[in-house]
This record gives sequence, structure tokens and C-alpha cells, in this order.
Amino acid sequence: MASLKALRLRINSVKSTRKITQAMKMVAAAKLRRAQQRAEAARPYAERMERMLASLGAAVAGQPDAPKLLVGTGGDAVHLLVVVSGDRGLAGAFNTNVGRFARNRVRELESHGKTVKILGVGRKATTYLKREFGSRFVGEISFANKKVVGFDDAAEIAATITRMLDANEFDVCSLIYNRFKNVITQTPSEQQLIPGAVPEQEAAEAIGPQALYEYEPTEDEILAALLPQNLAVQVYRAILETTAGFYGSQMTAMDNATRNAGEMINKLTINYNRTRQANITKELIEIISGAEAV
Amino acid sequence: MSTFQLEFVSPEKLLLSRPVEMAVIPAAEGEMGVLPGHSPMIVALRGGVITVTEAGQVSERLFVAGGFAEVTPSRVTILADEATPVAQLSKADAERRIAECEKAYDEAAAEATPEKRDAAMARLLSARAMLAAAEAA
Repeated sequence: MASLKALRLRINSVKSTRKITQAMKMVAAAKLRRAQQRAEAARPYAERMERMLASLGAAVAGQPDAPKLLVGTGGDAVHLLVVVSGDRGLAGAFNTNVGRFARNRVRELESHGKTVKILGVGRKATTYLKREFGSRFVGEISFANKKVVGFDDAAEIAATITRMLDANEFDVCSLIYNRFKNVITQTPSEQQLIPGAVPEQEAAEAIGPQALYEYEPTEDEILAALLPQNLAVQVYRAILETTAGFYGSQMTAMDNATRNAGEMINKLTINYNRTRQANITKELIEIISGAEAV
Repeated sequence: MSTFQLEFVSPEKLLLSRPVEMAVIPAAEGEMGVLPGHSPMIVALRGGVITVTEAGQVSERLFVAGGFAEVTPSRVTILADEATPVAQLSKADAERRIAECEKAYDEAAAEATPEKRDAAMARLLSARAMLAAAEAA
């Protein structure tokens, strides 16, 4: 049995751990709220953009000279996976989940004889995947030293993707990230960016018969400007959802840690008290039997 | 006077959503005044100032660096790349941006394709419009 002093030290150490996890939980909750607000603020733009794209895409998609960003290169031999994860740890299985999802996807694609290229966004999944697929990496981006990730950063990633497409470095591009369902649930998922999923016909039909727009300048020119912007919007959304999901996950993880620490403290305290009592009893017995002997 | 719904969004947030009487939009091929009942259009924007009129008076002046606008008889949606109220523009920022864009344009002019050159030119013009708006304010 551990000595009283050792137990006391353990209790103190677990107590300070609990303080830290509790503080982290609080910070994560505050950051989560802000991240959620930002994600919500970005939604109107994405929605309007989708609506505009739906009416344009339907008009242009069938044409033979449709832009590459919309219809892709035609092949599907080379896949570019953009994996978005958090930059920090201590968030439960958040980063591992997206990393594992990406790993399975890479294996699956490679077993079908495709070439895979990876663009890592966020430090955690990058380090996770690099161990196994270091040679497939074409780039990595981290926001670890940034406080707030803005649209500019997403636009930069989108520009990188567009540049690679122009250079014919890949045929299909997908985004892998943790979809933010709610604070407790984030599911890793894959979204294809190029060839772009032409927004469903329903969206175009929802606008109804008045969808006969005039275009200024021409349809093609607007589409050529709209598509890269749309790409940036998709990437931005993935980053925002990852940020929100990360804090949600961290909050849950820290909540669990705080609860576990509390349980641990209870157990240790009981143990400590029992030991102390046992010591007292032992001493009493010694005194009494000593007195009897006299 | 009749009104239409104006929605003004940037990638980061919804800036404005309310009924207005008139909006003047810097479309790619010239300023365009929009009144209720305008025929449906989708236009690209160049850098410039969007002027909003409510109750017979100019109520908002916002600078946009570029973007798109969707016009329908009852609604106008402006997707701005970047939007700043004219009063908050700073001349120094605009000048710095012009210098950056001029450099980028020179680089693009030297070797890039015509599309890239045009894009760089559009950015430069947008920066110049920003300076003009900042000076006017």
C-alpha cells in the first residue's frame, strides 16, 4: 500500500490536472461559439453563390469547351486529396478520425491503380499521413500561427488547386474534412470539388421560369470568374467547419477528462482516508498491547 | 416609393439585407442603376462604390473590390469579394495596394497568358477605384 505522503502528492497532482482541463474546456467552449458564429455568417454567401452557379452551370455544362474547373480533365487517373484537420491536439479522436478516413481512402484509390497526391491543410493530419504516405505529399499548409483563418487563406488554397489543374497535375480533386453535425458529432467526409458537382437541377428549377438572365459580360466570362471563387468558398467552408468541430471535440474531450479526474480524486481520497485510519488503528493496537504487557 | 430587397454578402458575413429604393452598382461594363422591377441579370462587378438609396436619400456607400450581382425584379443579391464602407477606407491602404498590384501586373505582363494579364489589370483598376473612393470620402 502506498504511503500517505505519496497518496497526498497524487491527489494534488490530479487536482491540478483537473484545473487545467476545466480551464481548457471553458476556453474551447468560448472559441466554439465564435467559430460557430463565423460558420453561420459565411453561410449566406455560399448559398447565394450556389444559386447563381446553378443557373449558370446548367447553361454551360453541356458545351464541349466548358471550363475545366467545372467538368474536369475528363480522366480520373490522378486524384488530389485535400485533407483538412486541426492544428492542435488534445481534442479526442478528432484529428485521428479524419486522418484515418484519408488513409483508408488513399489505400482504396491506390488499390484501384490510381495515383494519389495529398495536400495537407492543418498540422495534425499532415503529420499523421506523412508517416505512411510522405512521398504523395505535394504541399502542406498550417494555420498554427494564425489567430483567425480568413477567406484570403482559403482563396490561396483554392488558387493552388487551380494552378495545379492548369498544369494538368491531377484529374479529380476531393476535399476530406470533418463535417460539423453538432457540437458532439463530427463525421469525417469527402466532398468532390473537381469535376464540380453541378448544383442539382432542383436548385435551378427553384428559381423558376424567371431564370432567363441577361449576362454582363458574357456567360462564359462570368462563369470563369465564378468557379474559382466557388472553389474558395468550398475550401473556406471546410476550414470553418473544421475549426468549429475541433473546438467542439476539444470541449467534449476536456469535459470527459475533467470528469475522469474528479473520479480519480474521489478514489484516491477514499484510499487515502482508509490508509490513514488503518495507520491509526495499528498505532492504537500497538499502544494497547504494549500497556497490557506491562 | 416602391422598394426591392437588397442582399449584400461577403464571404465572411451578411452585410446588409433590407428593402431599398435604388442601388447603383459598378458593373463590369459601366455603372448600373437598379430600381424595383429590373429585368433579371447576372453581372460581374469591377472595383467601385455601391450606392444605396432609401427614402429618397443616399443611405449607404460601400466600396467593393469585385464580385458578382444577381438582379431579379424583386431582389438584388450582391456577392462582394471584399466590402468596406467608404468612410472607413484609408488612402494609405489604397496606395499600398496599388503599388502591389502594379508590381504584380508588371510580372504578369512580362510572361503570363493574356487571361492572367487581364486579371492583374482588373485588380489594379480595382485598387485605383479604391483610392479614388478614399479621396472622395
